[in-house]
Amino acid sequence: MLKLIVRRLPALIFVLFCVVTLTFFLIRLAPGGPFDRERKIPPAIEAQLLAKYKLDGPLWTQFTGYLADVARGDLRLSTKYRNRSVNEILGQTLPVTFALGGIAFVLATVGGIWLGTFAAVRRDTAADRLAMGAALLGLSIPMFVIGPVLVLVFGLWLKWLPVGGWGSPAQIILPSITLALPFAAVIARLMRTSLLEVLNQDFVRTAKAKGLPDRSVVYKHALRVAILPVVTYLGPLAAHLLTGSIVVETVFNIPGAGGFFVHSILNRDGFLLGGVVIVYCALLIVFNLLVDASYALLDRRIRVDA
Amino acid sequence: MLEPGSAARILRRPAAKVCLGILIVVAAAAAIGPELFPASYREPGPLQYSPPTWQHPFGTDLNGRDVLYRVLLGARISLVVGLAGAAVSLFLGTAYGLIAGYAGGKVDNFMMRLVDIMYSVPRLIFILIFINAFDGHLRDFASRMDWPWLVSYSRIVILIVTLGLIEWLTMARIVRGQVLALKERPFVQAARVLGQSHSKIVLRHLLPNILPIVIVYLTLTVPAVILDESFLSFLGLGIQPPQASWGSLLAEGAQSINPLKIYWWLLLFPAATMSATLLALNYLGDRLRDTLDPRR
Repeated sequence: MLKLIVRRLPALIFVLFCVVTLTFFLIRLAPGGPFDRERKIPPAIEAQLLAKYKLDGPLWTQFTGYLADVARGDLRLSTKYRNRSVNEILGQTLPVTFALGGIAFVLATVGGIWLGTFAAVRRDTAADRLAMGAALLGLSIPMFVIGPVLVLVFGLWLKWLPVGGWGSPAQIILPSITLALPFAAVIARLMRTSLLEVLNQDFVRTAKAKGLPDRSVVYKHALRVAILPVVTYLGPLAAHLLTGSIVVETVFNIPGAGGFFVHSILNRDGFLLGGVVIVYCALLIVFNLLVDASYALLDRRIRVDA
Repeated sequence: MLEPGSAARILRRPAAKVCLGILIVVAAAAAIGPELFPASYREPGPLQYSPPTWQHPFGTDLNGRDVLYRVLLGARISLVVGLAGAAVSLFLGTAYGLIAGYAGGKVDNFMMRLVDIMYSVPRLIFILIFINAFDGHLRDFASRMDWPWLVSYSRIVILIVTLGLIEWLTMARIVRGQVLALKERPFVQAARVLGQSHSKIVLRHLLPNILPIVIVYLTLTVPAVILDESFLSFLGLGIQPPQASWGSLLAEGAQSINPLKIYWWLLLFPAATMSATLLALNYLGDRLRDTLDPRR
């Protein structure tokens, strides 16, 4: 496992470098600067502002300077929220996003695996069709429909749960369900397909033939192999959850990094935007590496060398 | 491979008929529906936040506009972006998959590793930045070239291209897998022995054989692109007012849900139309795929 990590490291650093470069130049390409206001700022003041935020000088030296700062872990100052550093803003908002994403991650995987197994074991019965119909529904209804509808029903009509905000356990329920539902549906479908395939294999027949009860055939033998496609999906899942959390945070007024992300685009707040993207990508890259490593542990037939 | 008549077999199921019906109704309504409204329905009116009535079956919004009319206009943009974006992804994914699968070996390894990496990066986030970086430039360019249509539709054009740019990965994987299997088959080997050029083998022998499965995945790409577009528009970073798509209508609907006032029709009708369309597309795509590839 350590060998795998060491081997992948150069490629990962290169990907991260590409991410930083791409973000930096894409933001610079956008028309309009961070200090454009309705009223024109005097040139002297604008020059000072640009110098303070290290936005002066030729583009190339700006870029190398930014790279050096990022490598040191300094994501610089936000141009919109004056006198607050990007590190400080992310330090406050990322824990919220990760708590939400983490809970949704667990909900989606556990729920999806359970539903997929439930359907596969009852293949071609009404229960199977109902479960897969529900999964198709969950896949097709966007999060920004599920969210407001849940708010309407459980928050406003039944008044069981708060409509938004963050802090109490009750406030976590609706947003994490909203975020998890579409991905639980995807995992359920993956799981059902994979388990059906595994249940047709020889080792399952052997296990049945030696008289094991159905429960232990499925849960002890088949599930362990059938779960592999779901493990492969965990990397993309993490990326989707981060993207999805932007919408969920907007719908439920959650003070996470997603809202800052949207505003940083609208405000041309380049360093805040860059910071969010870089941190998101770095985390996803590390997460994918861990998934790849765990893959080798789960399935002894696979040797991950590359 | 897709046998003749299997499409007809799929349609024999009642659920498939319902789904096809939904798609035809939504597409037809989006295409001609808005033209049927009297002129007074197209402009903001005095009737603010009217609940559904016979005059306004879907109610009216903040500006007194008819919600049904807006939902149909939104359907137009969402469907056009979905279809055109899927077409872009079809082109890219097929080309990429064909090259990777046919080349094989190290090239294939490298190209597919690249796809893996792109899968694990939040692509939609990059697209967001990209759109907002290039939209202004495209509009400048269009007005300099004196293309008024591109000035007003620059957002839509850029959305189509960029969403196509991120949704081709699955297509590339499927095509590559098919090509890997096909290229060992005798008819391809024979073509090679007869001295046909690589481009001819790819275009004349491989491409026609992968077409059915490509079309099936196209059915599943359309809802994915529609979903992406509405995601961007919901955040206010996609389609801009006065134009509307399902995403931007849903954003208005979501804002109208709060403890003080519940204008449920602003949320429910766009949500139902959009969800029904996506459900129908996904269902038909699934059924087509099952017929094509019974193993899945």
